[in-house]
Amino acid sequence: MEETKPKLKLAVYWAAACGGCCVSVLDVHEKLFDIISAADLVFWPIALDTKYHDVEKMPDGYIDITLFNGAIRNTENEEMAKLLRKKSKILVAYGSCAHLGGIPGLANFTTKDEIFKRVYFESESVVNEKNLIPVPEYKAEEGTLFLPSFYNDVRALSQVTEPDYYLPGCPPQSERLLEVFKAIVSGAELPPKGSVIGAETKTQCDECIRKKTENKRIKKFYRPWEIKDDGITCFMEQGVLCMGPATRAGCGYRCIKGNAPCRGCYGPPPGVPDPGAKMMSAVASIIDEKDPEGINKILEDLADPAGTFYRFSLPVSLIRRKIL
Amino acid sequence: MEFKPRIVAFLCNWCSYTGADLAGTSRMEYKPNVRIIRVMCSGRVEPTFVLKAFANGADGVLICGCHPGDCHYQEGNYRCLRRYLLLQKYIRQIGIEPERLKLEWISASEGKQFAELVNSFTEKIKELGPSKIKDTIRTFA
Repeated sequence: MEETKPKLKLAVYWAAACGGCCVSVLDVHEKLFDIISAADLVFWPIALDTKYHDVEKMPDGYIDITLFNGAIRNTENEEMAKLLRKKSKILVAYGSCAHLGGIPGLANFTTKDEIFKRVYFESESVVNEKNLIPVPEYKAEEGTLFLPSFYNDVRALSQVTEPDYYLPGCPPQSERLLEVFKAIVSGAELPPKGSVIGAETKTQCDECIRKKTENKRIKKFYRPWEIKDDGITCFMEQGVLCMGPATRAGCGYRCIKGNAPCRGCYGPPPGVPDPGAKMMSAVASIIDEKDPEGINKILEDLADPAGTFYRFSLPVSLIRRKIL
Repeated sequence: MEFKPRIVAFLCNWCSYTGADLAGTSRMEYKPNVRIIRVMCSGRVEPTFVLKAFANGADGVLICGCHPGDCHYQEGNYRCLRRYLLLQKYIRQIGIEPERLKLEWISASEGKQFAELVNSFTEKIKELGPSKIKDTIRTFA
């Protein structure tokens, strides 16, 4: 008979997320059988009917690995982040939202009030004759009902609790998840706490397959649909914004191989506190113009610098929300 | 209490810092609100430096470099100009008054201009009032 090794206990949770990260776990396809032969999934809201109170009943440190995806947007997200921190030996910030704030983090360009106004009153598809908005507490005959409270700011996981590791990507590439999982199962020595795992330490450009020249000079920026990409030359040299210079490698260049510029989901490389600032530096360096008016004219092509440069990282950037 | 603006100034080693030095050695008086950081070239000033200054409580950020065409490294000040113009676009979007960030060219002989620049910039920041950036980003709501 085979020797039975105790199985790992694995949890996957989504906070403010689109669900793509949970699906990326399923994207390992038939390898999922390898995962479940080495680990029991004890909590995974997208696939299993485990309740929050079941997690509360688990002893502290009961779960071996939790893959936490999604940003922190409301009280429920924060409570679950803190609960899962307590119940898990290893808490992994999984995906761009947990790592950097991600796409939901773009909400930091506005406020809770503005969002509610748009969603419940102004949206073209909304009919709200009684001007109702959700309230976090409601006293019904049967008792008081609660809804999670919506925060003004979106936060990354590291801004509410201490994750052990960060696995970047929108979503993380399934191959990288498997590598990390195998390393944990094999009992190999794990990197120091706080490390970014499942990614490289260089930038995208360092390993990019497109042709680059040393001296990039551009006179105009284009949106991807405005030019005919030759499929060979560096996007930046063709005048298409590519987040490669300020983004960590490790995704396998899926976007670039698919002839789309990098959007920066893997976050900044090590030692870069603010990916957007790094990107501004790179963009300014390649503009071929010395006259202020001419430069401003070229910069006009960038419709939304803040949203483009901080697409995945606004909540962890230096100026992490709009100043009002 | 009177508002005393905190201004961070990045001055290039070859022209602007020497210009500021000239203002000092000529015993010109100017407002004491600037904290000068000497860099080798205005092209060394990364957007990160500016944003970090704001995030840590600077009410204004001043960048000074050699006049166009005079850069010790040929092109550094043009790089600085392009970064500055892009940064202006960004800080406007993120809700920082664009007047809080200023770029000026100061040559080694322009001690007087430097003193005047510091005075006028300090006045401008006084008008704008204290920056809210540090408090906003410190507290989550």
